[in-house]
Amino acid sequence: MCLGVPGRVIEIRDNLALVDFFGVSRQVRLELVDEPVAPGDYILNHVGFAIRRIPEQDIEGTLAMYQQLLREAEHDLMAADVQGELKGTRE
Amino acid sequence: MTASGTQRPDADVRELKFRDPARGAALAAALAKTVGEIGRAPVSVMHVCGSHEQAIARFGLRTAFPRGLDVIMGPGCPVCITDQPEVDEAVALARQGVRIATYGDMVRVPGTAASLADAQAEGAHVDVVYSIDQAIALAAASSEPLVFFATGFETTAVATAAAILAGLPPNFFVLSAHKYIPPVMEIVAEMPGSRIEGFVAAGHAATITGWGVFEAFVARHGVPVVVAGFEPLDILAALVRLAELIRDGARTVENMFPRCVTRDGNLVAQRQLWQVFTPIGGRWRGIAHVPNGNLRLLDRWSHLDARRRFAIDLTRLWDEAPSLLSQQCQCGDIMSGLRTPADCALFGAECLPETPVGACMVSSEGTCRIWHEYGVPR
Repeated sequence: MCLGVPGRVIEIRDNLALVDFFGVSRQVRLELVDEPVAPGDYILNHVGFAIRRIPEQDIEGTLAMYQQLLREAEHDLMAADVQGELKGTRE
Repeated sequence: MTASGTQRPDADVRELKFRDPARGAALAAALAKTVGEIGRAPVSVMHVCGSHEQAIARFGLRTAFPRGLDVIMGPGCPVCITDQPEVDEAVALARQGVRIATYGDMVRVPGTAASLADAQAEGAHVDVVYSIDQAIALAAASSEPLVFFATGFETTAVATAAAILAGLPPNFFVLSAHKYIPPVMEIVAEMPGSRIEGFVAAGHAATITGWGVFEAFVARHGVPVVVAGFEPLDILAALVRLAELIRDGARTVENMFPRCVTRDGNLVAQRQLWQVFTPIGGRWRGIAHVPNGNLRLLDRWSHLDARRRFAIDLTRLWDEAPSLLSQQCQCGDIMSGLRTPADCALFGAECLPETPVGACMVSSEGTCRIWHEYGVPR
């Protein structure tokens, strides 16, 4: 419930960001993030809200772990939590 | 306490692969060396996050820990620490005909005698959601009252707060069982029999609170705290730092997750959290009464508060008693770091993910569920 999932911002509309999560585009609310977010930035999404902007130079390792989780396992416990985070965002 | 054995991997068999194998090996060596230098065994440290336990178990990290280091999961599963009476309130409302929406695992968590899934089987209207937004959409599409059974730590409570501040449909109400992590660390640190010499703080909760929130804790209890991320290398690096602090007798907070965590944390989120909630003492399932550990809606939001809006009828509970099995559940001691699932006679026998006796076997962030999925460490 606290793992979150990182994604790359494609577009901003008011308080919503259209975010790419490993090839899936979803909308994320921006009321909680404490820095201005722009297209190209990475954010950490938790239960439908961006809670942190992550500097691009620091994201590589994080993305690798999530990619591995999503790629390797269909019925994996941790991967299911990541999928749950994606389900919490708006289509 | 043997497992039922259904497709359960042995943890030692799970192959440990680091993204950067050389760095992983160097960190593992540094951890072994530092723990050895402490000169006593075992050295016990606690993390307070289900996602950390998932990563440790999923990636086989314990095989990289030295024998003298005990890494214990504490009260880091928000579903697991939601107390029976809180579940009872949601179940009672559901049985009274009020529609309930809540996060997935909450549905199967037992109250005193029943879960929301039991109420659902009796015909109650219970919806699983993955965000408060989805619950709001359900309410907006109907005129029927909907109660969002709001659970989770500060990471999730801030979402509830933001949604409330942004405005809700008039038929939307909140039953808050939100919890706040920093106070429970005090309780666990003070527990008689606790062997914890250092804490690993959860990176994403600290993203909200900031690492500064742990400074007073460290000053009071004299044990170091290290904030950690969730990748295997992050966790290993944090443990090396924590072992160094223990070895040196240093009583400080160290931030090993700077890409997400700052000293002050996310002030925008904190402002919204405290505009909506106030800390209040309450029980955490199986652990203790935790002063300031629960988050209650402020009086200005009483019109949204399900506890004030509805007469929650708990009288039916008078005729129901916890099952004999559930009285043997060790969840509380496990979440307090005093026992492990391997010490529980029910684990993997009567208590399985399909037929959970305790909350720790229900939630994907519960120690029992995680160990059942990924194997019992050696």
